[in-house]
Parts: sequence; C-alpha cells; structure tokens
Amino acid sequence: MSADPRPISDPSTLPIPDPLSVTSHFLLPAGRPEMSMVLSSPEETTIRPAPSWCDAPPVNDANSTLPDWYRDLRAAAWARYLALPVPNRTNQHWRFADLKHLAIEGRAPTTPVSDLVAEELIARAVSERPADYAAHFVFANNRLVHVEAPALPAAAVCVTMAEALASHSDLLREHFLKQGDFLGGEKFAALHAAATLSGLFVHFPKEAVAEHPVIVHHFVGGEGAAIFPHSLVVAEDHASVTVVDLFESVGGNEDTLTIGMADLHAARGGRIQYVAVQDLSAKGARHVHLQHSRAGRDASVKVGFLNLGAEWVRNESINRMVENGADGQIFSANLANDWQEFDQRTLQSHEAQHTTSDLFFKNALYDRARTIFSGLIQVQPGSHHTDSYQTCRNLMGSDEAEANSMPGLEIDADQVKCSHGSTSGTISDEEIFYLRARGIPAEDARKMISLGFLNESIDRLDGDGLKEILFTRVERKFASIV
Amino acid sequence: MPDSATLEAVTIDQDEGNFSYPEDYAHDAGYGLDEGTVDYISNIKGEAEWIREFRQKALKVFFAKPMPTHWASQDLENIIFKDIRYYLSKGQAPTRSWDEVPDDVKKTFERLGIPEKERKYLAGVEAQFDSEAAYSNVKEELTKEGVIFVNSTEGLREHPEIFRKWFGKVIPTGDNKFSALNSAVFSGGSFIYVPPGVKVKHPLQAYFRINAENFGQFERTLIIVDEGAEVTYMEGCTAPKFETATLHSAVVELVAMKDAKIQYITVQNWSNNVFNLVTKRGLAHENAEIRWIDCNIGSRLTMKYPGVIMKGRKARGEVISIALANDGQHQDTGAKMIHAADETTSNIVAKSISVGTGRSTYRGQVHIPKHLKGCKNNTECDALLINASSRTDTYPAITVRGDQHATQHEASVSQVSEDQIFYMKQRGLSEGEAMSLSVNGFVNDLVREFPMEYSVELKRLIDMEMEGSVG
Repeated sequence: MSADPRPISDPSTLPIPDPLSVTSHFLLPAGRPEMSMVLSSPEETTIRPAPSWCDAPPVNDANSTLPDWYRDLRAAAWARYLALPVPNRTNQHWRFADLKHLAIEGRAPTTPVSDLVAEELIARAVSERPADYAAHFVFANNRLVHVEAPALPAAAVCVTMAEALASHSDLLREHFLKQGDFLGGEKFAALHAAATLSGLFVHFPKEAVAEHPVIVHHFVGGEGAAIFPHSLVVAEDHASVTVVDLFESVGGNEDTLTIGMADLHAARGGRIQYVAVQDLSAKGARHVHLQHSRAGRDASVKVGFLNLGAEWVRNESINRMVENGADGQIFSANLANDWQEFDQRTLQSHEAQHTTSDLFFKNALYDRARTIFSGLIQVQPGSHHTDSYQTCRNLMGSDEAEANSMPGLEIDADQVKCSHGSTSGTISDEEIFYLRARGIPAEDARKMISLGFLNESIDRLDGDGLKEILFTRVERKFASIV
Repeated sequence: MPDSATLEAVTIDQDEGNFSYPEDYAHDAGYGLDEGTVDYISNIKGEAEWIREFRQKALKVFFAKPMPTHWASQDLENIIFKDIRYYLSKGQAPTRSWDEVPDDVKKTFERLGIPEKERKYLAGVEAQFDSEAAYSNVKEELTKEGVIFVNSTEGLREHPEIFRKWFGKVIPTGDNKFSALNSAVFSGGSFIYVPPGVKVKHPLQAYFRINAENFGQFERTLIIVDEGAEVTYMEGCTAPKFETATLHSAVVELVAMKDAKIQYITVQNWSNNVFNLVTKRGLAHENAEIRWIDCNIGSRLTMKYPGVIMKGRKARGEVISIALANDGQHQDTGAKMIHAADETTSNIVAKSISVGTGRSTYRGQVHIPKHLKGCKNNTECDALLINASSRTDTYPAITVRGDQHATQHEASVSQVSEDQIFYMKQRGLSEGEAMSLSVNGFVNDLVREFPMEYSVELKRLIDMEMEGSVG
C-alpha cells in the first residue's frame, strides 16, 4: 500500500457526464426518478466492446487432485460467467455506478511473488496485526506464505481453501457457495467460483470459542494480476469467532483486480464477526468484495468494512436473518479521496420473527471522490416484530466530491419497526469555532472531527486490539490527504 | 377494457356527437394508436402545423421507448395500448345508467355528501356536469386582471406567443414513455398565464372548468406565473371518479418566474381499474416557490413523482404527498428535486398508508450538482401499515456534490400502536373508530395543507377506507 498523495488530473478517470447536470436539463430528459437515468444516459449511446475479463478460467492448481463435486462446480461457474452479461445502465443494481470501471481485460492466473518479496510482505503483515490473535495467515498472489495459529480452539478447523478441498471436502461442500443471490455482482461471483481460491475455511464446532480474531492478509501485485480470496466461516451452535481479511497491494500503481467473497453461517446462538479491511493501492487497484451472511436462531452476525485504498471498490453485503431472534449488524467506514469510487450495496433481509438488524455506514469524501450507498431493508411476509435500522452519513470534504445515497425499505409484514436515515453535509463553522476556542488550530480541529466521524462506525466492532489497527490505518490515510 | 354495454353506449353516442365532424374521422379515432389517430386529433382541434409535428414526433418517441419495467411495477405490462381510446370529443364520453354504477361507489357518494347532480357526473352517468355558470363568473373576474385560464387547445391556438415558449420545455417529450404518449395525444387540461404582480385571490379549480368540457385522459397543463405573481391551482376531487378508460397519463408543467409562487393541489381518486401515470414538474426561477400538494387515494397503479427544478438563486421547491393504498392498489409516488442554483432549498414530506393488500411506494430523487453553494434538502417519509398483508417500499436516491450543502433524509415504517387502540377502546370507541382516529392523526399535519372543504372530505374518506380493515 502506498500513502503517496496522487495528482488529481488523470483524464482517463473522468467521471461520465451526468444526465442531470445543470446545462443539460432541457436537452436530456430529466424525467421521473430513475427513468431518465436509465433511458437517456450517455452510457447507452456509447457503444463499448464488451470487455473480456478473463479469456480462460483463472486457475493454476492441479485439476486432477480436486474432488469431483468441486471440479463440476467450477466448470458450471465458468459457463455461467461466460453467459452472464456485463452490467449495463438498465441494471438497477448499478445505478449511479461509473461503468467504465468494468472495462477489465485479459486477467490471467497470477504468478507467485518471489521468496524475497514474500519475506517483506510477511514482515509487513506481522507488524500490522493486533497484539492478540487466534491465528494469522498471509497470502501473496493467491499463495499461502505464512501461518501461525497460537490460540485456536482445539476442535476448530481453520485451513486454506486448497487444504480444505483435500482434507475437509464434505464439510466444505455442505456450506460452500450455497447462497446464490447477489446485488448486481453475479458475473463477478461466477468468475470467482471458477477461479483458484485463496483464503480460509473456518469451521467452529458447537460451543468452540476464540477470544481473539483470525487475521488473514491478502497481498496482490504485478501488472494485470488478479486474486480470488474466499472466506467461508461457519459457527455451529453457540460457537463464536472473528475473522479479519486485510487486502493490500504488494507495490503501488499496479493495475490489479481482487474478486473476493466472504460467506458467513451462524447456527443457533452462534456469533460471527467478520471485518474486511481494504487498503490497496489507491491507483490501479480494483476491488470487488461480495459478502453473504446467514444468521440462525438467536445467532448474531457482525460485519465491518473499512475502505481506504483502491481506485474502484464494489462491496456487496447480503445479510439474512433466517430464524427467529437472529441479529445482523453491518458497519462501514470509508475514506475516499483523489478519484476513488466506493460503490456499496447492501441488503438486510428479515425472514423470521423477532429479528433485528442495524446498518451504520460512514463516508468521508475528499477531492473528486465518489461514493455510492444503496441499502435495502427487506422484511419478508410473516417476519413480524422486526426491528431494523439503516443509517448512511456522508461528510463532504471538498467541493467536487460526490455522495450518492439510496436507502431503501421493502416492508411486507406486521408489527415492524423500521427506519432509515441518510445525511450529507460538511463540518459546520460552529464545530470548528468550538474547538478553536479551546486552543486547537482549525486544521487540526477539522481533522479531529473527520477522524471521529469515521471512528464512530469502527467503534461499533468488538475487540480493542482489532479496532486499534483499524484506527491506525484511518489515521495514516488521513495524514496523507488532509 | 370496457364491457359490452358501455361499448354500445359509446357507439350510440358517437353517432350523436359526430355532427360537427366528417364521419370517417370518427371511425379512425376508435381504438388503438397510430399516426392516423394523432392526425385525427390534430385535425379536430384545428391545430397549427408545428403542434401536429410535435405530436407525430412524440408518437415515434413513444413507440421507441421501452416500458420502464426494469425498475417499475411489472403491472405496467398489463396496459393494452391497442384497446385504449385515445380521443373522445365532446359527447363521446361513455355513458351508462345510474343502475350500472357499482353500489360501493354510490355508497361513497352518499357518505361524502356529494350533491345529486354531481354524483351522476362523477359516476359517468352524465357526460357533463353543469358548472358553466360558476366557471364563467370566475373567468370574468380573472380576465379583468389579465389572467388567461383556458384549455390546451385554446391556449396554443389563441396565445401561442405566451405558451409556445414553455410548452414541452419543462418536461420534454422524451422524458419518459408516458410523457411521450401524452405529447402525442394530449387534449384537455388547463393553460394558465398570470401576469406580473397579480396575486390570484381564489384558488383556480380545474373542477369548475374541466367538468364543463370532457375531462381528458391525456390532459396537458401548463401554468406560467410571471414575476412576483401568485396562484393556487386545484385539480381532482375527493369523490371517486368512476371510469371505464383504463389509462390516464397527464403532463403538467409549471413555470414560476422571478419571485413568483405556485401552489398545485391534486386529489386523485380514480376508480380501482385505472392506470394513472402522470409526469409533473415545475421550473422555479430566482426566489420563486413551487409547492406540489398531492393526495393519491384511487387508481389501480399510480406512478407520479412531482418535481421541481430550482433554476434560479434562492428558489424553493416543496412536495407534500399523502398516499392511501387499499386492496389491489399500488401507489407509487414520490418527488424529485433538482437543485440547479445556489442557496436553493427543497422539502419533501411524504406519508403513506397501506391497508389490506395495498402497496405504497415512495420513490424520490434529490440532486445537488457541484460548484453550488448553500443548497438544502430535507426529506421525510413515513409509512403506516395497517394489516399483516399490507406492503410499503421506500426508494430514495440522493446525490450531493460538494461540501457546501446539507441534505437529510429520514424514513420510518410503523404500525398503529396497540396501546393507542387500547386506550381509545377503553374510552368507548370501537376498534374501527379508534383505528380511523389514529390514521387521521398520522396524516393530520399534511391534511391541513389542503383547502378546508378538501380536508373535511379527506378525513371522511380515510374513515371509510379504514372500515373493515380491523377485526
């Protein structure tokens, strides 16, 4: 990861003109909400050749050693990838997204990093992990380069995907890629499923509890490199586990692609906390991350996203409360500057009674950054007594930053308490004045308020050591931009 | 699709009503839509060539545009365009006998206390409601002040110098599929011009004027309020309007010049077989104010998102919306606020009530482009669910560029609380009465924005809609 401030003048990253820009009100239809965006976008009239993200399945493992069920699944996923269209303007899941980021071409299986580089990466990863951890894995370009497991419960399984296919094939199969719904990222999901996966299979049996988090570093490097990290976390009855994925670049300015997935299953009374920290190179890196969770009876799933790096980020987070008493919490802190675009889509799906969920997203925007938040609370028929919240707050730090918010509700049940709120604004003069009156210079005051703004979301996670490494990273990025 | 009795009635009436037009035209206008239909309408109205071209161009756009079902209700697929009559001139309105009017509609009239004469008009038994006298009084007074208040045909024919400039400019033909349809076949509606500094004292009621003609399915309204002038316009009424025509698609354009104020009040209560797909938008110049007050009670599917483009400094836009969706209804309503100048402010307050299997949807857009200063938006949407099978959705979209603005959006969904109901029942109210009171309380602050006679009727109407929803 590189913290260098980048020049703000790359013409290739200019945003697509908005059909609603002031000058074009009468030239381009500014119709009903959505309609105009869809029917008259300049995107539609520009004929762009469909990009071929990958010409062949991005695999570099020995096919012959894989279980049959997995080979079949992979082949089917590749066929699905080929058949699925690249998302276009009429796809509501891509509303407001700058589709030029989807022009990804010629990705091939990534070549492994050299041993020398691996040593550096391990040292970096070790220096930036929390003091206490249950296990620490480091992957560099899809290859496992480092493992430590000082505090895993004896019965827990915590192995790489490759190892799981060999040693826990049946257990893996039971949970692997069972959730078929996406929020627009179907084609990415299919490519992910067709690829060689890095990442972990974490299975905590009944009542297994880890005090500290499982830390997983994923490094990607090399021009045109692609990695496919996968985290499958299963907590059986009353088990409890935290898994943290950290995504970082080997170097700066390289055109890389990460297509990651995280799949969380919490059975009765189980607790899972999953955190995805994305701190890739702010130039060149593209990051797609699709996360699913399924919370059973009285189970609790807590998900956190921290986005600092990458030129383009697409997060999809589907959280289903499938049995009575299930709880889902989703938090995100995003610090965007330069030409970064962070595109986040979420679904809180209530499918049983007395379920609760809370979503709390914070975006701080600088320079020409864009953020998109599209969240939906869905209360399915019969899911009475649902209690659900959704909040997205944007802190605008420049005159050219753009925040798009689409907080949605679909309520189909009775005795429901649901609300959402979305705000966009800037730091008020009164706040600055207050701090200045106490001897803090205006610049510092501004920084403190912005940091506090983002940290409010991070603070909802569990684990002081974990929160500490997140705060540090936010602060480091702040130092480079403010 | 009208039943056979109605069709028969229509055919008979056509023969009577055709005295002023060549007979072959009458047949051409029948069902379905093509270039001939558009020419037919244009010929009947004796329109200028540019309007005919405008219509024909719009027709092409209409055919070219796909149905917006990738985001909107799939129910739109059920509109059979070839089974629709696109123009009914005077005397051609479908008629039926009082006996054919459904009992529930009659009952509603009774309960609302609609005068006998009006009931027959509203039920479609009489093609016209005789309000000529009232209308001409209004007209005389307005003319003295220089206010022009005419229908679309007359407006474009008699005052092109005023209306042509803004016609189709706030809502371009290609805005969406249904604005294109309206642009091709529009008739009826109001064209209003208020000269500088004139503050029209009484609300202008479409009810008076449009009833004196044939209320259009594809009405076109254009209101231009010149500098410092003010007007309030009201359309629709709380009584259910029984209709056999299944598609209504209006276009309403408002232009508020510097310091002008426009308030546009709509109460929509079409019968439950009507698709009501309306495009409404206002353009507010410097320091001007446009308020849409919108109440949707009827129709099968309503899609309506009144908008304001705040083009001048300190312009203000407001949408106040009440929607009530009962069994089989989908009220897909909302608002659109486009901030295009510094210090513009907008406010959206939307409340919806879903009863039985009714579904209400809020869809909104707020757009604040970059390099502007001091724009503010406030959006509140509250939904009330009455039954377990009721449904509500909220889909706002807010785009803010730059760090000198403030927007806030809040939405909540709730039920009438059991405590409230219990409290009122304890004091001797029936559950139904208690429910009505609660619901009326929920929308009370918005209902007050309506003129008094409307709000009284609205309250009664809500009482009626709530009946049978509990227990």
